[in-house]
Amino acid sequence: MVNAAERKLALSHLWVAFIAFILACFMGEYQVLERSGFIPALESPTVYFASVSTHGVLMGFVLTTFFIMGFGYYIATSSLKVPVWNIKLAWCGFWISFAGTAMAAIPLLTGKASVLYTFYLPLQAHVAFYIGATLLVVGSWLWCLIMLVMFSQWKKANPKQPVPLAMFATTANALLWLWTSAGVALEVLFQAIPLALGWIDTVDPGLARTLFAWTLHPIVYFWLIPAYTAFYVFVPKQAGSYLFSDEVARVAFILLVVFGLPIGFHHLYMDPQQASGWKLLHGIGTFIVSLPTLITGFTVIASLEIAGKLRGGKGLFGWIGSLPWSNSMVLAVILALLMLILGGFGGIVNASYAMNAMIHNTAWVPGHFHLIFAGTTVIMYFAIAYYIWPLLVRKPLFSNSMALIQLWTWFIGMTILSTPWHVLGLLGQPRRISTVVYNTLLTLAWKPYELAMIFGGLVMLGSACLFIYNIAKTQFSPVSATDFNQEIEYAEPYHPVQDVPDYLNDFKLWNRVIAVLMAIGFGVPILQFFFMDTFGSPAWGL
Amino acid sequence: MQNKSFSEQTQDLIGKWVDFIKDFRAQMTSIHVDRLERKWINITLLTVCLLVAIITIDAFWHGINPPGKVETIDSAKLHLSKEFAESNLGVQLDGQGAIVIRMVAGRYSFFPKHIAVPAETKLTFRWVSMDVLHGVHIPMTNMSTMIVPGYVAEITTSFPKPGEYPVLCNEYCGLGHNHMWSNISVIAKEDWKAPAKIIVNKEPDNG
Repeated sequence: MVNAAERKLALSHLWVAFIAFILACFMGEYQVLERSGFIPALESPTVYFASVSTHGVLMGFVLTTFFIMGFGYYIATSSLKVPVWNIKLAWCGFWISFAGTAMAAIPLLTGKASVLYTFYLPLQAHVAFYIGATLLVVGSWLWCLIMLVMFSQWKKANPKQPVPLAMFATTANALLWLWTSAGVALEVLFQAIPLALGWIDTVDPGLARTLFAWTLHPIVYFWLIPAYTAFYVFVPKQAGSYLFSDEVARVAFILLVVFGLPIGFHHLYMDPQQASGWKLLHGIGTFIVSLPTLITGFTVIASLEIAGKLRGGKGLFGWIGSLPWSNSMVLAVILALLMLILGGFGGIVNASYAMNAMIHNTAWVPGHFHLIFAGTTVIMYFAIAYYIWPLLVRKPLFSNSMALIQLWTWFIGMTILSTPWHVLGLLGQPRRISTVVYNTLLTLAWKPYELAMIFGGLVMLGSACLFIYNIAKTQFSPVSATDFNQEIEYAEPYHPVQDVPDYLNDFKLWNRVIAVLMAIGFGVPILQFFFMDTFGSPAWGL
Repeated sequence: MQNKSFSEQTQDLIGKWVDFIKDFRAQMTSIHVDRLERKWINITLLTVCLLVAIITIDAFWHGINPPGKVETIDSAKLHLSKEFAESNLGVQLDGQGAIVIRMVAGRYSFFPKHIAVPAETKLTFRWVSMDVLHGVHIPMTNMSTMIVPGYVAEITTSFPKPGEYPVLCNEYCGLGHNHMWSNISVIAKEDWKAPAKIIVNKEPDNG
C-alpha cells in the first residue's frame, strides 16, 4: 500500500489540476456564448481575450502539468513499490509550480497578459506572466529529475529486470518533457523576459515562433502519455483481460518520445521564416509519429477483444457488446478511442503539408485540438481520477453511475461542440476572434453552428461539474477509511515478459537519437537567424 | 606506445558501429510480436509511406508547397522602402506582365483595403507586417499565410471563382483583432483591367 505521505503529495497535485480545470470550463462556456454574439451585453474583446488566455493557460499548462506530476509520483511509488525519492524536493517542485501559477494568474485575470497561451512575440504581456510561466515549468523539471532518479535507482537495485511498464512510460514522459520544454524556455529566457524588462529593444519574431514550435508539438505527447499509460496498464485489467503486448508497448512509447520531438514545423507550414524543405522534413516526421498511436490503438483494441471474448462475447463484433461498459475506465477508453479516430483524421489533414493552407488558423484547428485534448486526453484523466481517487483517499467512489453519466455527457458534449467547430473552419471562420463583425454574406452561414457550440459547451460544463462533485464527495464522505482495502492493480501482459532487451528498458541510446534528430530538424533552422541579415521587432502592447 | 594508423582507427570505428547495429538488430528481433500485430504494423507502415509519397511527389514534381521563401525586410521602415511604400501597394503588373499584389498588414486592417484581381490567373501576393504577427486567409481559397514581422510572406495562387471575398486576419494581433479584415473582388478574367501604373522595379529593398 502506498504511504500516506505519497498519497497526500499526489492528491495535492491532482486537486490543483482539477480546480484549474473547472475554472477553465466555466470560461470556455462563457467564450462560446460571447463569441456567438447572441447576447450583445456580453460582448467585450477585453474580457474575452483575457478569458481565452486564462482558459488556455489553465487547461494546457496548469491542469496538465499538475496532473502529470501527481499521477507520476503515484505511478512511481506504486509500481516500483518504493517511497518517492526525496519527497521534500517533490514538495519544493509543487510549491514552485504553484507560486508560478499564482504569479501568472494576476496579469492574466487583470487583462495584462491577454496574449493567449501561445504568447506570440512581439505582442507583449506583463513580465509577471512570463516569470510565472517559467516557474511553473521549473517546478515540473524537479518532477522530471525525481522520475529519472527513481527509474535509475530501481534499475540498479534490480539488474536485468524489466522496469514496470507504467514507470517506463512515466520516465519516457519526464525525458520527453525536459527536451520539449527547452524550446519555450529559450524563447522566454532570451527573448520574452529581456524584452519585457527592457534589457533588449527588439526580438526576432521568426526565431520566437521557431523556438515555440519546438515545444508546441511534443507538449501534446507530454499531455497524452498519461492517457496512453492508462490504456496499457489499467484498461486491460479493468476490462478483465490481459495486456496484449508489453514489449510492443515499450516500442510505442519510445517512438512517441523520439519522433514526437523533431516535428514542430507542422505548426509553421504557413510561416515565411522557414524554407519549404525543412517544413517537408518535419511533415514526414509528423506522419511517422502516427505509427505509435496506430500501434497503441491496435494493442488496446486487441486487449479489449480478449476481454470481451473471455466474458462470452462471440463473433467478429460480438465481443464489443459483452465488454464491461459499466466500468468507468473501460467506458472512457472506448469513448477516448472514438474521439481519437475523428481527431486523428483531422490531424492528418493538418499535417498534410500544403493542404494545411485550407484550414490553417481557422476554427477547424481549435475544433481539432479540443477533440484530441478534451476528448482523448482529459477523458482519460477523468478515468484515472475515478480509479485512483478511492485508492488515494482510502474510501470508495461516491457514485459509479454518476461517473458513467459524466463520461457519456462529456463525449456527447464534445461531439456537439467540436463538429460545428470543424465545419466553421471549412467555412472560413478564423480561430481567435471574439465576435464576428465582418460585413459579408459568408458569415450568415456561420450562425447555426455557433448556436450548436453553445449547447455542446453547456453539456460539457455540466459534465465537468459532475466530475468535481463526485471526487469531492468521495474524499469528504464520512465513510471510515479503515474498512477500505482495495489496492492498485496493473494489467498483466498476455505473454509474460521475463527479460526485455536493454534498449527497451533504458533511455540512454534513445536520448542520443533524440539529440541527433533535434540537431538535424532544428539546427540549421535556428542557426539561420544568426547568419541572415534579420530585422528585429520592438515590443507592442495589447 | 605506438599510435594506431588512420585506417586502423577507421576500421575500429566501423567495427564498433557494425557491432552496435548487429546487437541492436538482435535485441529488436528478440521481442515477441504477435503475427496479427506484425500484419497491422506493416499495414500502418504502408499507409504512412503512401501518404508521405503523395505529399513528396506533389512537392517535388507538381511544386505544391506552402510559402517558404525566406526573405527578410525591416518592418519598422516599410514606408521608406521602395517596394512597400504606400504608392506602390496593391495590384500591379511587373515587367513580364505577371500580376504581383503587395499588401501591408497593420493593426487593424490590410492595406489597400480593397483590391480587384482577375479569376483563373496566376497571382503572386507579397505580404508584410508593419507591427505584430498577423495571419491572413481568404475563405474558400487556398490563399493563406502567416505574416511575421521582419519577413516577406510570398505566396502564389489563383482564384477559380469570381466573386466578392473577405480578407481575414487569422492570428490574434491585439484587442482590435476582430476588426482586422478587408475585401477582394475576384473579377472574370475577360472583364479585368490592369491598373494604369506599371512598376518595373521588383528588387526587394531592405531599406
